[in-house]
Amino acid sequence: MSSELLRYVLRRVIQLVLVIFVAVSVNFLIPRLLPGDPVATSLARLQTAGGGTAIDIEAISRTYSERYGLDQPLFTQYLNYWADLLRLDLGVSFANFPEQVTTMILRALPWSVGLLGAATLFSFVVGSWLGARLAWPGAGRVIRTVVPGMMVLAAVPFYLLAIILVYIFAVELRWFPPAGGVQTTTIMRFDWPTIRDILHHAVLPFAAISLGNIGFWALGMRSQTVSVLGEDYITFAEAKGLSPHRVFFWYGIRNAFLPQITALALSLGAVVSGAILVEVIFNYPGLGTLLYTAIRGQDYYVIQGVVLVLIVTLAVMLFIVDLIYPLLDPRIRR
Amino acid sequence: MMADAVLSVEDLIVQYDTASGPARAVDRVSFTLGQGERLGLIGESGSGKTTMGTALMRLTRAPGRIVGGRVMLGGTDIMALSQRDLRAVRLRDIAMIPQGAMSSLNPVLRIRVQIEDAIHAHEGRLPKPEMAARIATLLTRVGLDPVVADRFPHELSGGMKQRTVMAIATALSPKVIVADEPTSALDVVVQRQVMQTLGRLQSGLGAAVVLIGHDMGLIAQFADTVGVMYAGRLVEIGPVAQMIAAPRHPYTRLLIDSLPGIDAKRRLTGIPGLPPRLTDMPPGCAFAPRCPLATASCTASIPALQTVASGHRAACHLYPGLPALPPLTAKAAP
Ligand SMILES: Nc1ncnc2c1ncn2[C@@H]1O[C@H](COP(=O)(O)OP(=O)(O)OP(=O)(O)O)[C@@H](O)[C@H]1O
Ligand SMILES: [Mg+2]
Repeated sequence: MSSELLRYVLRRVIQLVLVIFVAVSVNFLIPRLLPGDPVATSLARLQTAGGGTAIDIEAISRTYSERYGLDQPLFTQYLNYWADLLRLDLGVSFANFPEQVTTMILRALPWSVGLLGAATLFSFVVGSWLGARLAWPGAGRVIRTVVPGMMVLAAVPFYLLAIILVYIFAVELRWFPPAGGVQTTTIMRFDWPTIRDILHHAVLPFAAISLGNIGFWALGMRSQTVSVLGEDYITFAEAKGLSPHRVFFWYGIRNAFLPQITALALSLGAVVSGAILVEVIFNYPGLGTLLYTAIRGQDYYVIQGVVLVLIVTLAVMLFIVDLIYPLLDPRIRR
Repeated sequence: MMADAVLSVEDLIVQYDTASGPARAVDRVSFTLGQGERLGLIGESGSGKTTMGTALMRLTRAPGRIVGGRVMLGGTDIMALSQRDLRAVRLRDIAMIPQGAMSSLNPVLRIRVQIEDAIHAHEGRLPKPEMAARIATLLTRVGLDPVVADRFPHELSGGMKQRTVMAIATALSPKVIVADEPTSALDVVVQRQVMQTLGRLQSGLGAAVVLIGHDMGLIAQFADTVGVMYAGRLVEIGPVAQMIAAPRHPYTRLLIDSLPGIDAKRRLTGIPGLPPRLTDMPPGCAFAPRCPLATASCTASIPALQTVASGHRAACHLYPGLPALPPLTAKAAP
């Protein structure tokens, strides 16, 4: 590894640490800048809403005062917050007291990573590929009809597509379950029936995310490929007598793909937020649904925890993209 | 046709299908190129030089289309080749140094890979040391340090990129090299060096060269034969000395007069008027509207290329009526 590359990596690492630091600090500050005591307000609201037993509420209240020292100076609280965070302690849920927020997030995370991660990666790769094929001379009839249709779907919001899919395939045709991540009666084990059940439930949300996304990435890749096609190095590659295959991959796609990666990095936030809505619609047991339920129930520490995880995840993914990019584009290595 | 012709072009027609109708960027161009001959092709911007050069290896791309004519490379009819055979002919028999040589190298591949690609495509895989030695020889031959092989294009200067492209174009010792304005983006000193390198390569390989440019001075120094294109048509072609001393076509005369001479006192004369639009060609001779010697017959029919002296042909209605081109100041007698 050259020193130039080393410097590049080091700079990105510092950037990542900074982003996470700022995100954590903002996540700490915002609730505390709000007028009033968020914990008390929430608890009071819970009390009036549920008419719950007073003992419970007081117990929670006391726990918080002791655990988080909310009466202490802000800076001490901030340090405590960091200390808790490093112990992976994100607080306790109000709605499911005394469950740890960390436990809830860890339970939801695999579902989201599995669904959103797989769907996003899948549609990015497939969409880019289709877009490139569509732009390259000699695209087949199937590609020329299917891909533009996908591009139209890209204009349809995720959640709308999700609702349509649920109506057709779950309500009318009854091919797939309309909601959930797994049958409630399934005992989670690492065996084929469980996996099949999980996949069966994932089909519709996966399709809802992918269908629009494939069109989106195909659209970008097509225009990139068209502009790469006009480059002199493509003509020269053909003048060298290279096979169409070689020209397509190593001179065409190899270059057209670079802006796609940048676009992926830029749109990760949008992709995640769109996908979260899909989770909500399918009542999928991932982070999206967890966040949604927490917001509705004013489950304060859960909201804070999920948002933090989302921000850190995005930062890490951007970091990974930043690391991959110079491997693909030698002009960036500095 | 010359007996030892390595390249002969007959009535080549290339057309761009544009919104405002078909544009014949190359209109019935015919010429032959002897073994080791240096042909210089000049003409104003847009006269169809690049279109012609790319059509010689059938690299024409949509909206361009080769509509008619024949290109014989030695004994092979380029227009009749299958795609596979065509790829085999490219670079091995006819190579191109494209107009945008600066941008003809793939930005994401090392120079070594781009040279290897070319050799692989024609000779299959070679043992590593043999390939390395070959690449070093090729680079040295164009005056580059062999370490350039391990660089990326963005790490090279314009002149170095130009030489790299020349090294690739001559990698398989082609019989014909089409060099499209190989020096247009270089400063004068590097221009001279690159032209010298091209000249050395040409005599070393015994290849015939079609050198395209619009700098009559540069072309005259390099070429044995000079062809002049105007609005897609070859209007005059002949030995370089005769072309300069006694051009027969009024356009050639004006083109030479518009050359900035060493004698700085001479006033620069442009050519009044503009070339015609290709989608809206005037009837008869394309140059007639700008020609000081135009007569009624010039707008009546398109003049054919006719021999005006040994090895010297011009497409002008003045011949065979006149023995030489009259002064351009006055209208010629009808
Ligand atoms: N892709 C295209 N679509 C439509 N018309 C084109 C296209 N490419 C070239 N032309 C037209 O064909 C004509 C010849 O272009 P060409 O590039 O061959 O000229 P040239 O002689 O090489 O010019 P220059 O000296 O500027 O390189 C021009 O009038 C141009 O407008
Ligand atoms: Mg040109």
